Amino acid sequence: MAIDTETVKHVANLARINITDEELVPLSEELSTILKFMEQLNSVDVDGIDPLTSVTPMALNLRDDIVDDGEKPNQILMNAPNRREGFFTVPKVIE
Amino acid sequence: MIAIFQETSKPKVIEGLTGDWELVIGMEIHAQISSKSKLFSGASTSFGSEPNSNVSFIDAGMPGMLPVLNKFCIEQAVRTGLGLNAKINLISKFDRKNYFYPDLPQGYQISQLFEPLVGEGEVTIDVKPGITRKVRIERIHIEQDAGKSIHDLDPELSFVDLNRTGVALMEIVSKPDIRSPEEASEYVRKIRQILRYLGTCDGNMQEGSLRADVNISVCRVGDYSKYEETGDLSSLGTRCEIKNMNSMRFIHQAIDFESKRQIGIIEDGGLINQETRLYDPEKNETRSLRSKEEAHDYRYFPCPDLLPLELKERWVKSIAETLPELPDIKRNRFISTYGITEYDASILTAEIESADFFEKVAKTRDGKTSANWIINDLFGRLNKEAISLDQSPISADQLGGIIDLILANQISTKIAKELFDIVWRNGGDPADIVVKNGMLQVSDISSLEEVISQIIDKNPEQVNKIKTNPKLIGWFVGQVMKATDGKANPKSVNELLTEKLLIK
Repeated sequence: MAIDTETVKHVANLARINITDEELVPLSEELSTILKFMEQLNSVDVDGIDPLTSVTPMALNLRDDIVDDGEKPNQILMNAPNRREGFFTVPKVIE
Repeated sequence: MIAIFQETSKPKVIEGLTGDWELVIGMEIHAQISSKSKLFSGASTSFGSEPNSNVSFIDAGMPGMLPVLNKFCIEQAVRTGLGLNAKINLISKFDRKNYFYPDLPQGYQISQLFEPLVGEGEVTIDVKPGITRKVRIERIHIEQDAGKSIHDLDPELSFVDLNRTGVALMEIVSKPDIRSPEEASEYVRKIRQILRYLGTCDGNMQEGSLRADVNISVCRVGDYSKYEETGDLSSLGTRCEIKNMNSMRFIHQAIDFESKRQIGIIEDGGLINQETRLYDPEKNETRSLRSKEEAHDYRYFPCPDLLPLELKERWVKSIAETLPELPDIKRNRFISTYGITEYDASILTAEIESADFFEKVAKTRDGKTSANWIINDLFGRLNKEAISLDQSPISADQLGGIIDLILANQISTKIAKELFDIVWRNGGDPADIVVKNGMLQVSDISSLEEVISQIIDKNPEQVNKIKTNPKLIGWFVGQVMKATDGKANPKSVNELLTEKLLIK
């Protein structure tokens, strides 16, 4: 599957990545190469084989329902460019 | 068990200019899982805390932080699935739903798109007594809630609070089996009731613990049966989704408005756009929610931070064994065990707290009397004073004490109401209060006879009239009650008066 420049624009917009018009063509070529490589994997017959989700036999780690975190609003807000009265503030978002 | 005759609810038919239309509704209910800590972090889930105080670095989306799944949240979702007669998937997986919004610091929501925890189930809703509908559940998956943005504190800025970020949600997805606005609000009521019985969600709609997205389309009469036969959704109309409804009344109104809007467009030769809309209760209309982002493209992919969730059959079974008695079964048991009406049983089982209260009172007493006193007097008073049952100043034992006195003919119903008021205001043991305040009923024949003779002597005219108009006995009963401050046993008074005035 080839990625055209429109798709590059669309994906960049969804990912909030700013790209210039000059970057469009090289990026579409790079992404197409990556996808072509991935497509080769489609030729492998994997019928009846369960997907490998971990290279070591591990089960998902679970925790008990205990409150042992939080209560640090100052640290949470420390890196925020803008904050007020304990809230993050951002340019108005209206949906 | 009493077999209750059940009839399937009829779909709502809406008359259009070009013929009749029917409604097709499916719902996604987001229910906050009752747990102390969040789905993937140890921060608290408590409501109303200082902004950004229930936030861990995981919730804040800090680089390098890894989510660790809360076992209890899984247990709660499994319990919910079992309560909705649904299939529990022993293997389920987590996926990322990617989008940008200020109250979603991770840039994605961890959810379960491809392999949800719970599969197909079923719930029966009661549209009217004896009229029901089965609504199939398609799936239940667990996911993270987003934070909260507040838009009205500053003209230029939105304020963001991440306390809700990462709280566990269950998304309960129905099939398009709901066919009228009444059924839709009844469906939400029933799901809420079951979740509250199970203790898996507090169901508080004001605080947003339970909210629904409603999918609505309209079709011609007959098209729905084509869908039922083939399972092919293209027999149905194009749907619109109304997001974030948190009131059953608004759900009802929004569906009424939206169905008429769609019919209007189609009858004018237009086409329905599949889109997300918002309901505005002040104007009673739905509006398109035009997002700047191009058509929803969430680019779901498996969450690389989390392994598949594998459950043991044994564990699921142990949860199944602890399921409480569910509302429908409880209601039917109340009808057959206590001899109360279906209507009363529905009221008493609406909330698990009132069902427990009733059972405490009725266990050793007449069911009908207990139901009457709880529904009319206790619930009436609670409503009037706008307080909930757990704040009731009268306990089940105290109300039981009052009922005991009535059933033993020691007080009349009228006195019982006074007694209820005294216990409500001052507390105390009803049996003591009636003795102390001289409220016990006079059933003693000789003292009643004395009162009756006096009244007969004082009212010769009435005594004359009663010979031609036996109904006047009511007037005499009233006089006796007045003279005894309502404490005379009305049955004894009636018998004595009949004997003295009528039979002679």
